[in-house]
Amino acid sequence: MYSLSLATYLALKEVWRNRGRFFLVSLVIALITLLVLFIAALGEGLGTNNREYISKVDGQLVVFLEKADYIISASRLNQTTLRAVRRVQGVEAAGPLSAANTAILLPEQKVLKVSLLGVEAGRPGAPQLQAGRTFLSATAREAIVDQRVLDRSDIQLGDTITIRSTQGTDDQFYDLKVVGTTSGQAFFFQPSIFVAPSVWEQVRPKSEAELNNTTPAINIIIVRASDPAQAAQVQENLLASVNNIEVADIPTTINNIPGYSAQQGTVQTQGFFTLLIGVLVIGGFFQIQILQKVPQIGVLKAIGASNPVVGASAIIQISVVTAIGVAIGGLLTYLFSLGFPPTVPLAFDGKSSAFAIAALLAIGPLGGLVSVFYAVRIEPLKALRLS
Amino acid sequence: MSAIALEVRDVIKTFETDTGSINAVDQVSFSVSHGEFVALVGPSGSGKTTMLSILAALLTPTSGQVLIDGQDLARMGEAQRVALRREKIGFTFQSNNLIPFLSALENVEFMLRLNQRFDKSGKLRAAELLSRLGLGERLNNLPNQMSGGQQQRVAIARALIHSPTLVLADEPTASLDTERAFQVVQTFAALIHENQRAGIMVTHDLRMVQYTDRVLQMRDGKLVKIYSDKQEILALAKGE
Ligand SMILES: Nc1ncnc2c1ncn2[C@@H]1O[C@H](COP(=O)(O)OP(=O)(O)OP(=O)(O)O)[C@@H](O)[C@H]1O
Ligand SMILES: [Mg+2]
Repeated sequence: MYSLSLATYLALKEVWRNRGRFFLVSLVIALITLLVLFIAALGEGLGTNNREYISKVDGQLVVFLEKADYIISASRLNQTTLRAVRRVQGVEAAGPLSAANTAILLPEQKVLKVSLLGVEAGRPGAPQLQAGRTFLSATAREAIVDQRVLDRSDIQLGDTITIRSTQGTDDQFYDLKVVGTTSGQAFFFQPSIFVAPSVWEQVRPKSEAELNNTTPAINIIIVRASDPAQAAQVQENLLASVNNIEVADIPTTINNIPGYSAQQGTVQTQGFFTLLIGVLVIGGFFQIQILQKVPQIGVLKAIGASNPVVGASAIIQISVVTAIGVAIGGLLTYLFSLGFPPTVPLAFDGKSSAFAIAALLAIGPLGGLVSVFYAVRIEPLKALRLS
Repeated sequence: MSAIALEVRDVIKTFETDTGSINAVDQVSFSVSHGEFVALVGPSGSGKTTMLSILAALLTPTSGQVLIDGQDLARMGEAQRVALRREKIGFTFQSNNLIPFLSALENVEFMLRLNQRFDKSGKLRAAELLSRLGLGERLNNLPNQMSGGQQQRVAIARALIHSPTLVLADEPTASLDTERAFQVVQTFAALIHENQRAGIMVTHDLRMVQYTDRVLQMRDGKLVKIYSDKQEILALAKGE
């Protein structure tokens, strides 16, 4: 279409002849892009670190103690409940999960804080192995560790690690042999190490009152339905036949991780406001520019440029400047992300980055909308009267 | 006698202001033929710019008719008026004439682009026209790299390049020194005569009318006197 090529000609000539000024605007957009992409990556990273283990378990339902409000740490179940759950119709398998915090001793007096998770080998809740093997027996002092533990220390498969747990009033130290590794198993922001339930009971931090416990305490039970599509039915069966429990699906469990929803909400709000600021900054710039260009646009119209040409030219210009800014910002983000330490929970996931980039590309035209309307409404008579 | 390019019949333009209504253009009739260069003179506020705006289809008269090549402006829609300005009218404004981010040559070429008539030969003609106006060395200068007079000459080239029926110039010599002003108006007149355009030039400077074929004198919106005798025009130009 001829008007479009004319509009493109005008838009690009103007950008090129004023490239210094337009480049500055692109840089501002690049910085906004950098910020938005990092916020998106942070949100993704925070979310991942919180939900990673739970989102990967090989099951559809989670059994909690009644009135635990789906909070894992508030739920206390026992072996009787576990056996009862396994007998419910539609349950293919059920595995206990016991969660605690501990610290691995590293050289030079350093420690690495980890989640200590008790799981039964081969049952739902046990991690997928990346290398090595699972526990040989329910009492072997063996552990499967998250790849992040290896990344953040010099520990390797086959090494023996020492963990420190406070039991009663004393610090106790336990040796565990690393027999297997798994990856991407963060739980409550910490990398995880997995041990068998009775080992877990022995080595976990305990209060004075719990010192003589030998039967493993269970926080939650992860349930795999025979037919995953029938999970809702299985949930009803569980509630009907086992006393004192509540049951949630995986997404509900994730959303009830303490702070998870609030955290994601905070990050999303930050992202939204950054985009909003972007819209205002770009809108402001182009509005000021249009005000300065009134005589020029008047002349254009007086010599016969149509409104579609003038409007399209303004939109093309804004889009080009925005696209350049987003491209620079994307590149900057990539370069920065290379230099970030693994402890910063950044996760550049394709879907959320693509969404952020689409939103960023939209803010230019959105911000410039007012100025485009303004440009279209300038009277060609201005060319004569302002002279 | 050449064909009539522009015909103005009983045009009135009334502006409503706080202090009442004024007729900025009051019952004006005249016509301009192809190949004729006409000056529009008169004291400040006499309605010259208003008249020019009406001829350019930028302002609608309160009553009366304007016909360009026999077409009545009043019967056109806005889109047709835009097309008319682009195809049949050439303009120079008093200042802010040029597109600031286009070079001298590009500004002239732009008129051809607007009309979908830009090609190699158009580019060549644009460069030739600029050379003829003394700007052969300035083709690639941006407007802010040229003097006011040079910009004015670029605007004249732009007003002529697309072979319009009507060429309208509002005070084209206001920013030129006397020497340059004479030269520019002389070239302007020559180009209008050569190419059979109908030219109307608003000017304060009566000395410039010596190159025109007719002088229309306005006062208080009325066309009070028409000089069409060459001797009379020369006398007017000399201030007699
Ligand atoms: N938009 C308007 N609203 C009200 N009055 C107007 C408007 N435009 C022009 N006028 C009035 O119309 C009259 C003619 O104005 P115009 O600008 O046509 O004069 P001019 O001959 O071009 O003057 P100058 O030589 O100073 O440029 C003036 O009295 C002016 O105040
Ligand atoms: Mg005027």
